[in-house]
Formats: sequence, structure tokens, C-alpha cells
Amino acid sequence: MSSRAFRKRVTAAIADRRVAAAVHHATWHKVGARAAGMRMLRNPERLRELAGQIKQHTLERLPEYLEQFTANVRRNGGQVHFAKDAAEARQLICELARSRGLKLAVKVKSMTTEEVGLNSALEAAGVRVFETDLGEFIVQLDRDRPSHIVTPIIHKDRRQIATAMARELGCQYTEDPAALTMIARKYLRDVFRRCDLGISGVNFGVAETGTICICTNEGNGRMSTTRPRVQVALMGIEKVIPRLSDLAVFLKLLARSSTGQPMGSYTSLISGPRRATDADGPSEFHLVLLDNGRSEILAGPFAEVLRCLRCGACLNACPVYRNIGGHAYHSVYPGPIGSLVTPLLDRRGDHHDLPRASSLCGACRVACPVNIDLPELLVRMRAAGRASQGRLKKLGFFGWLCAMRSERAYRAAQRILQAMLSDDGSGWTTGGVGPLASWTAGRDLLRPAPRSFRQLWQEELREQS
Amino acid sequence: MDVALFITCLTDSFFPRAGEAVVRVLRHFGCRVQFPAGQTCCGQPAYNSGFHDEARVLARRMIEIFEPYETIVSPSASCVAMVKQHFAPLLADEPAWRSRAERLAERAHEFATFLVDRLNVDIAGLLRFDEPVTFHYPCHARGIYGAEDLQRWLTRDGQVNLRLPQHVDCCCGFGGMFAVDYPEISTAMLNDKLDLLAATGARLVICNEGGCTLQMAGGARRRGLPLRFKHIAECVADSLGLMKDRP
Repeated sequence: MSSRAFRKRVTAAIADRRVAAAVHHATWHKVGARAAGMRMLRNPERLRELAGQIKQHTLERLPEYLEQFTANVRRNGGQVHFAKDAAEARQLICELARSRGLKLAVKVKSMTTEEVGLNSALEAAGVRVFETDLGEFIVQLDRDRPSHIVTPIIHKDRRQIATAMARELGCQYTEDPAALTMIARKYLRDVFRRCDLGISGVNFGVAETGTICICTNEGNGRMSTTRPRVQVALMGIEKVIPRLSDLAVFLKLLARSSTGQPMGSYTSLISGPRRATDADGPSEFHLVLLDNGRSEILAGPFAEVLRCLRCGACLNACPVYRNIGGHAYHSVYPGPIGSLVTPLLDRRGDHHDLPRASSLCGACRVACPVNIDLPELLVRMRAAGRASQGRLKKLGFFGWLCAMRSERAYRAAQRILQAMLSDDGSGWTTGGVGPLASWTAGRDLLRPAPRSFRQLWQEELREQS
Repeated sequence: MDVALFITCLTDSFFPRAGEAVVRVLRHFGCRVQFPAGQTCCGQPAYNSGFHDEARVLARRMIEIFEPYETIVSPSASCVAMVKQHFAPLLADEPAWRSRAERLAERAHEFATFLVDRLNVDIAGLLRFDEPVTFHYPCHARGIYGAEDLQRWLTRDGQVNLRLPQHVDCCCGFGGMFAVDYPEISTAMLNDKLDLLAATGARLVICNEGGCTLQMAGGARRRGLPLRFKHIAECVADSLGLMKDRP
């Protein structure tokens, strides 16, 4: 049984036809694009398996690889900071900005900065922050929240985007995507000229070289990490991979899983600040490594979730996400992976509905580029959260178990079920109370057959054997 | 061949005709079918809901009832997957039970795969329909048979006018307790699925999973969609004229 708050959000999301249509359209499109992209690989299944193994291997030796990674970042001239939680990460980055007098930040799309709530902290510290990914830029203009890990405005249609841009930028109203993109581009060019702080996340941190890899499609990642004089990269500790050659495996899968592209348009490999011989680049490079609950996850039964690349494939594949959209999850991380990660990262929050609100159809598992067994983990989380199940549910399962433990009780339960369901002679039930009301709100319920298979066997079928 | 039938609780109560079809088809191909009377439920609802102590009780019970038999066949891939994939991990802390679970896992078969792989039956060659058909691929069959297997069984000799639905492995939104715990989401998913099926123009949907049929048939009736649902065992039995009633 769902909590009232969750149910309210879900009901509202499903009722919003415009959002539902936008999310349906976009996710189905991406499912097809991903499938086509994966078909181009010689052995996509083996590659997913390999990627999962590399990630799992790294997680099992995470302290070693982090040590190697940070040593190499420092060797490259970068400065390394550790943030144990979101507050520390915000404080660290705000202090960096304050001490260096940085006033204008450009941001590369990053879920980790969303996770720690960096933007509002920076704004409060007197730093103007501009999202430079087109989708995030529109989210920011419209004072909205991203509803997808990769496609933050998946819930918006063209009209909403056009309205927000005309209102906030004072430009001519147009719904033409190319024209809208040009308006944003021109606007952001000016910001890029004036910015002094670049903030990014990290897709992969390569331990053997101390290199960070950032994947974008719009070139804004490159602009944001070369133009400002100080660059800050906020990276979850799980994002490290052992070798540069491992990157080849992940780059084959990441964009394909996200959008179906063989590879993203821009793959930036950054190893420290500008060197004397470099034409451009920041004079300071700061890497902020974020724990924020990850060590605790790593030590527990859900460590597998830390393999996640944040590609969004499980969101696109998920029929629950498709119908309720990202905002209903009330989390930075929606979809199947969010249903696992959210309760783990925010242990005090009330997220018990998230792992339960799934049919366990497994579309996410099939789509995951690092082979995370999401349905299995969802079930494991349901089991771990058993105590939070409603009393009625526990009582129900107690009664059910009593009925299933003996054939006689089972037969009695069959007869009770027969008797409980009203019969208008049609063989269908269309209303009722309790679970029956839940079922019949949107569907009719077939009545149990007048004669069960068991009876049929006794009375007719068994004779012949 | 001696076959023990694991009928599953949903087929037992709601779809006895599918069960009867399984029996008649297996007999047609020379199997002696037995029905271990003590059987109830494999425990999947409890397992999926996170009530694992309860699921363990029923897993042990299932093992005791079915382990005397060499070959076990069930009309439901979902329940077979419960036996094959989840019993052993569920009983991991009890080595004796775990190895019994592993032995049972090897002997449990889903009906259609048993027909094709063990009895070498060419299902497509047997099927006769006087109308176009489509199918629902049950999510929990992943790991037992794929959507492409189902498609192959239905179309190998080109006799069947199969209308492939778009997004062939789209979930129907049943998900056991999920259907009543989150009815709004479950119903929204159901309506997506019904739209995809209705768009094929076929009125007969082959669905080998009782849970999915309960969900989709209930949704189709509520919406007044002219869709009918049949287990592949019923399709084979009807095509061979094995059923007593009319199809």
C-alpha cells in the first residue's frame, strides 16, 4: 500500500496528459535508438558483462584505486579535496569561489552537483551560476527541476520551452528547436566570455593517469572547462576506473545506452590545469571527491548500485517511469536506479514506496550497460524494509501463508474467494472493498472459474491416467 | 515420459481450461501426467514483496512435494522462474535445502519450452487459427524463453497470421501485489499495453501467463476492447481438437 504523499504525486503525474505524452514519446524513442545503437556492436551482451565486471572489480578495490587516482591528479598539478557529505561539498566549493573572488560560474550538466544542491549554495554565496547544457539551461530559466538523469526537460514540450525562453530572455516567441538553440547559444556565448569559474561533474576518473573524462553533446563541457580560470570537478568516489583502456569499454556503451549514439559528440579528457605550453585551460584545477553515503552503500548489500554510469537507460526502459515521470520520485535520481539509490543516499527520508512501486518487469536490467540486477536489488530492498510495511499487509501475508501451507486450507481459501466476489452472472467482478477496490478501480476482475483445475482433475481428467 | 504438473495457483483458480489444455497436449504427445495434489503456491507473491521468511516456508514445501518427480511442467514461466532462479538463493543459508532446490530447478520446465526442447514438437506446424493473432510476452519469462522464441514458435511455417505488437516486450503492469498496492501506476501501464495490442488489429492475444491475462483481460473488458486471451496450450489443444468444449 502506498503512502498518501506518494500516491498523490503519482496520481497527479498520470493525470497530466501533456507531461505523460512527452515522456512516453521521448522514452519510446530512446528505447528504439538504444536498441539500434547496441545492435551495431559485435557482442553487446558480452560488453555489458565486461563493463559490469570492470566496475565491480574497481568497487572491490576502491581505496587502492582512489589513492592511485588522487596521487596522479596531484602529479598532474590538480588539487584534490574530499567531501564526506553534501554540506561539506557545498562549503568547499563556495569557499574556493570566495577565497579567489570568483563571481560567475558556468556549469556542465552534473547530477552529482544536483545531489549536493550546489547551485543554490553558490548563489547564496554571491556567485551567479549558469547551466550551460541546453536542457539544464531551460530548467534553470523556468525555475524547474530536472526530471531525468540525462534529459532534464523530458517532461516539457516545445511550447513550454518556447514560453520560458521568451519570458526569461525577452526574445521573440518561437517553437523552432533550431532557433531556440541559437538563442540559447548566443546568450551563453556572452556568459562564457565573462565567466571565471567552471564546474563539472565527472563521467569517469582514470586511476592510472589521473585523468577525468567528461562526455557531452553540445560542446558546453569543453567551453566550461577551458574558458574559466578555475575549474572544479565534483566526482562521486564510485566514478573511478582503473585504466585508460577501460574507458574504451565504457565509451562504447555510455552514449549508446543514453541516446543510441555510437559515441557522444564531445569526449573531454582533462588531466590537470593548463601547462606552460598549453594555449588555454584553467590555471587551477580542483577535484572534489564526494562520499555522501557511498562508503556506507559500498559496505552493504546494495554495493552493486555504485556501478551505475548515470546513463539513464533504465529510466527510458522503465514502464513506471514512462507513466509517472521523474518528479514523482521526489529525488534527484528517478527511475529504477533512483528507486534504489534514493533510499540509500537519504536514509532519513521516507522513500519506502520507491523500491515497491515496480512490477519487476526487468526492462531496466536488460538495458543497464553495467549489468546491474536492478529487479533483484529492488526485491532485496523490499525485504530489508519489511518492518516498514503496513500492519494490514503483514496480516495479509500471515493469512495467505496459513492458506498456502496445507492443501485443505488452500481449497477452503479458494471457496472463500469464490464466495467473496459478487456474481452478477457475467463471470466478472467490477467493484468491492480493500484490495478489490484497488483492482477494480481501473480494471474488471475475472471471477474464479466455477470448477477449479483441481476439481476438474478429480472429476474428469484424472480417470484417463 | 512421466510428467508432474505444477499447475500454479492462478491457473488452478482462474484458468482451469489452460490447465486442462496442458494435460491434453502432454498426453497427446505421449506423456503420462500426474498431479501432485498437495501443491498450492510457489511463494512468489511473498518473495517479490520482500516477505522472504514466508517465501522460504513455501519454497521448502514445494521442494518436498515435487522432488519425487523427474520432470515437472508448468503453464507459467513466471512460477517456473521462481523455482529455477529464486529458490536456491532464497535457501542459501540452509545448504541441504539449497542443494535440494538446485536439483528441483533442473527438473522444472515451462510448458512451451518443454514441448519444443524436450518433446521436439513443432508448435507452429500444429497451430490453426481462422483469424489474425498477436501475443503478449510475459516479462518474467526472461531467462526462460525470449520474445523471439515465442515469435518463432508461432510463425515458423508461415501459417499463422501473426501481428507483432510494437514494443514487443512491454510490461502489462501486473506485477503481483504491485497491481493492488499501486493501482494507478499498474493501470496506466496496462492501458499502454492494451493500446499496443489493440493497434495490431488482432483480437486474439496469446498470453501464457495467468497473472498477465488476469490484468489484460480485466482491462480490456473495462475499456470495451474486443480482445480475447488464450494460453498457447489452449491454442495447440484447440488446433488438434483435443478439448471437449468448443474453443
